[in-house]
Amino acid sequence: MNAAWTARLLLAQRATASVLAFAVAIHLATIIYAVRAGLNAGEILGRTRGNALFLAFYSLFVIAASIHAPIGLRNIFREWANWRGRSLDLAMIAMSLVLLALGLRAAFAVYAA
Amino acid sequence: MQTNTLELDIWRGDRDGHFEAFSLPLRESQTILDAVTEIQRTQDASLAYRFACRVGMCGSCAMVVDGIPRWTCRTRIVDVRRRGKRLKLEPLRNLPIVKDLAVEMTVFFDKWRDAKGYFEPGDAPSAEFAVVPPDSRERRAADIAIECINCGICYSACDVVSWDTDYLGPAALNRAWTLVNDVRDRGQQARLAAVATDAGCHSCHSHMSCTEFCPKALSPTQSIAGLKRETMRAALRGDI
Amino acid sequence: MIRGTHFKPGFMAALLHRLSGIALAIFLPLHFLALGTALSGADRLDAFFNLTHNIWIRTAEWGLVTALALHLALGLRVLVLESAGWRESTASVVSGCVAGSLAIGILFLLNAF
Repeated sequence: MNAAWTARLLLAQRATASVLAFAVAIHLATIIYAVRAGLNAGEILGRTRGNALFLAFYSLFVIAASIHAPIGLRNIFREWANWRGRSLDLAMIAMSLVLLALGLRAAFAVYAA
Repeated sequence: MQTNTLELDIWRGDRDGHFEAFSLPLRESQTILDAVTEIQRTQDASLAYRFACRVGMCGSCAMVVDGIPRWTCRTRIVDVRRRGKRLKLEPLRNLPIVKDLAVEMTVFFDKWRDAKGYFEPGDAPSAEFAVVPPDSRERRAADIAIECINCGICYSACDVVSWDTDYLGPAALNRAWTLVNDVRDRGQQARLAAVATDAGCHSCHSHMSCTEFCPKALSPTQSIAGLKRETMRAALRGDI
Repeated sequence: MIRGTHFKPGFMAALLHRLSGIALAIFLPLHFLALGTALSGADRLDAFFNLTHNIWIRTAEWGLVTALALHLALGLRVLVLESAGWRESTASVVSGCVAGSLAIGILFLLNAF
């Protein structure tokens, strides 16, 4: 059971990494372009408001990150904090759900603003 | 410090031991193993260490020299000695210390077994010789990893072994990979299950210390990457 | 505990990848919360942005952009190492990843100020 779980975690980690590779590249380019006008709500929301493409992009970004980050942190907790077992896995699932909720809320916030 | 004298700090005792200072004449073409042997024979007969072939074939003389795991029979003093600094000798890391420079290798070999690092002929091995072309993809993959002589240097160098005592380690996983590529083997499902746990290939983070320090120029990192590919494929197929 | 075996490019790459990942994992929920304030209107988001007009936050922004680029670059290296069984010249590849990430960081600075 452990083998099945960890094999799937690795698969999920690498698959979301591939998705994030594209998303982050686009995001970095967007940041560097957008920051020219300074951090300004009007500027940012002007681009994202009502833009379904941005909403879809950010939603996919958030879903991938919500899976990728907790799996990475799981390794760190296991190796550097000596935290193992079911409680760690449950905590990471909880973290995943929190990131998902906050992230999708943020994606919707800049769409609906 | 005189330039024709070698000053060393050598680990004595077990885990709760200490460093002891020694000095001996520097000789031409002297290796670390030569120095340790001279100390044991002429200065302190109680110094414990291992060696066998003394010519770089068996891997028994592996120790940590100034923080780096090496074969001491193949490490010349002139190559590692730094002016004004004492040479520090310690036993291999991540293994229980028996005494001084000798470590207990049992757990290293237990993990070899736990990773299914042995050939599994199956219930009905064929009476015919297997035909395995040497230039086939699987055989080439196995051949570049097969020369491991279990010296323990990679295991000593591996940070994940230090951080997770369950981790099977580079040598055991490297051997498992050679067997994954052995087309005669009938134990692949059990082997992939054995190396797919948290103690297995997924805990390798490609630090590459194993590859950096392997005296046989093997790359356990590369072998473990192969295991990751195989276990992910098996997970997708539902075989794990 | 720093060891002799740590002054090698493979370990440095893994350490930088892990530390940048931790920084991003801490930042991410805060990022989502900040953007989520747009739900209360653009003024609310602007009020948040006004808080960021100081040298420490600016430095943190640069640090996070560089951390993101670094995590991406070193992560791509891991993906290639694992999928292709590539025997790389580690020092060159890792230096390239770090240099590229610092370049992205500088590009961000040039556009932000």
